Amino acid sequence: MMTVALMVPCYIDVFFPRVGIATLELLEKLGVDVVYPKDQTCCGQPMANSGCYEEARATEEHCARVFGSFDCVVTPSGSCTHHIRNKFTAGADSPEKQKLVRNTYDLVEFLYDVLKIREFPWATFAQKIALHTSCSAIRGLNMASMSERVHDPVFSKPQALLSGVSGVQVVEFERVDECCGFGGTFAATEEAISAKMGYDKLAFMRKATPDCIVSSDMSCLMHLQGCARRQQQDIPFYHLAEVLNGVSV
Amino acid sequence: MSRPVDQAKNAETFLADTVHEERLDKVLWAMRMKRDAAARQVPEWEDLRTLASDIKEHTLSNLSDYLIQFEASATANGMIVHWARDAHEHNQIVYDILAGQGANTLVKSKSMLTEECELRPFLERRGIRVTETDLGERIQQLDDQPPSHIVGPAFHKTTQDVAILFSQKYGSDPENEDAPYLAGVMREHTRPDILNAPAGMTGANFVVAETGAIVVATNEGNADLSANTPPLHICSVGIEKIIPTTESLAVFIRLLARSAVGETITQYTSTFRGPRKGATMHVILVDNGRSARLGMKRFWHSLKCIRCAACMNTCPVYRRSGGLSYGATYMGPIGIIMMPTFEIRKYSELPFASTLNGSCTNVCPVKIDIHEQIYGWREVMEDNGQIQIVKKAAMRVADKVLSHPALYRMATTSVSTALEVLPHFAIYNRLNAWGKHRDVPEAAAETFHEWHRAHRPKDDEVVGA
Repeated sequence: MMTVALMVPCYIDVFFPRVGIATLELLEKLGVDVVYPKDQTCCGQPMANSGCYEEARATEEHCARVFGSFDCVVTPSGSCTHHIRNKFTAGADSPEKQKLVRNTYDLVEFLYDVLKIREFPWATFAQKIALHTSCSAIRGLNMASMSERVHDPVFSKPQALLSGVSGVQVVEFERVDECCGFGGTFAATEEAISAKMGYDKLAFMRKATPDCIVSSDMSCLMHLQGCARRQQQDIPFYHLAEVLNGVSV
Repeated sequence: MSRPVDQAKNAETFLADTVHEERLDKVLWAMRMKRDAAARQVPEWEDLRTLASDIKEHTLSNLSDYLIQFEASATANGMIVHWARDAHEHNQIVYDILAGQGANTLVKSKSMLTEECELRPFLERRGIRVTETDLGERIQQLDDQPPSHIVGPAFHKTTQDVAILFSQKYGSDPENEDAPYLAGVMREHTRPDILNAPAGMTGANFVVAETGAIVVATNEGNADLSANTPPLHICSVGIEKIIPTTESLAVFIRLLARSAVGETITQYTSTFRGPRKGATMHVILVDNGRSARLGMKRFWHSLKCIRCAACMNTCPVYRRSGGLSYGATYMGPIGIIMMPTFEIRKYSELPFASTLNGSCTNVCPVKIDIHEQIYGWREVMEDNGQIQIVKKAAMRVADKVLSHPALYRMATTSVSTALEVLPHFAIYNRLNAWGKHRDVPEAAAETFHEWHRAHRPKDDEVVGA
């Protein structure tokens, strides 16, 4: 049995604990031995992404200390994975940091590429889904094909996983990989543009009449949900882990 | 020292005018789609991008040799070659050439370099009347606005805007928004200027070291008119526009119009190899900060830019902000990484006008890692003390809390405190920015951490490191 350290991003810890729970339960269902290092906090992306890499240093070094001893770290966030894998430069270099950078996987990658799971027989989700994949996941982690790269084969790991859940129908909508406008602290520094991008994303999705919106990145969903609620839309939002774990509608 | 351009605030103003915002988004997205379709027609598209990038990197790495080679070939072709260290030197050279010929009017085609050097006001202060001959650029000149896009200077305007502007400036029909009619109005009024002008000016898309040729790509043919009608042709070109050979030119010609507007080639791709019989031709090679940028280890790649604007067309922030919001000669993603090299304080906020989504990097025909450079510039702004104190203070608090598990737990255990602390990543400098157009997420009744302690008590002893 494989031992995996579960990294629960700070915003999931506080705002969406159900996503952490679904991730944990899903991994347990798959027979993974999951440990939850309780001293974990955050990867430091909010500060580093703002240019404040000095202010990200202690947090990043703490993250490396907490997770650096594990052979495999899994987190339900493409954004945090991208940051750790490709942008972990604020803190001092150390063997544990290098190990963390090498061994961190987004949940989708872990299921699709490491465990190679394609079926989720315990889950049924008879819903039309608008699937949103984050820019970090697409262009940072190559988790789905990029619309700009017109000669690349078309694929989507999150969608491939969803097709292993009975009843799921993924709808197509315009500008599928245009950024939703979250962008980390961009959501605040450019709040008007950020919100308009969110409204536009929701409008494109709405045209395809989905029952719900699903993503493997909760940060995009936190933003899109905030936009939808402000527009009095009550469409439900789910993290991919919840659907794969068998959430009931 | 200039105050930083507040792109976010300017963008908000642009956004409030939904007609213009929606139109710009639609027009530019359609261009992005046309670019995709054009790229799809070229099976070796990604190889072409790599080749173009390699040629540019090679040329930039041997820039002085190629520039000297160009000077020799161009001189042999009968051109007069000038070197300008900065904008002022460039403007003075242009003025001296014009004054030497007694020219008091100038027709010019679109050139971002002359915008960068603020040539037009320089000449106008010295009594030289300048007529822009590119339709979009002329519209912007008549409206006393800088270009909002490097390929379509007036993309942010509707045909109605242009009809009204032309009726005020030219007395044309304000109700007639037909584009061919408006183009006709402009042509009627600028053609006499072209026919009578003692001097014409163009920029250049490429200059070829091997042959000493200047290559100008346009869709309106106005560069050819500006260059070929008057007896004097002045061409201004940034030193990074040089490429080694005619053979390498083919690579860029295949990429340029496809990336810019989704066409296989521009209507006119003109090569000027020397002065016409009885005419004179001057070429001004302009540095204006380029060699300094070439020395920047992290940022010299932006010099590969061929000004196709594909990054602007795909940028979700640009399309909703409008180009004028950047307050800069070069706007959008490429502008974000070029402008701070001109004036760091003034453009210190631009690197934050991006979600780092990476689409710009993927469409760039010369493979500039634009979004990575935007990220890099954020760090430079920190190093240069350009990040607002209030934001840094909030980030310092976040680092303190997030690097101490006990503090983090204290901050996140009680719901009210969680809301106090966590969203502060987000709302450090614009009070409650998150909540202005979006609902704030509700903190859950218990954190994941608390849930885990209650439901997996056995595992709770595991502590990493």
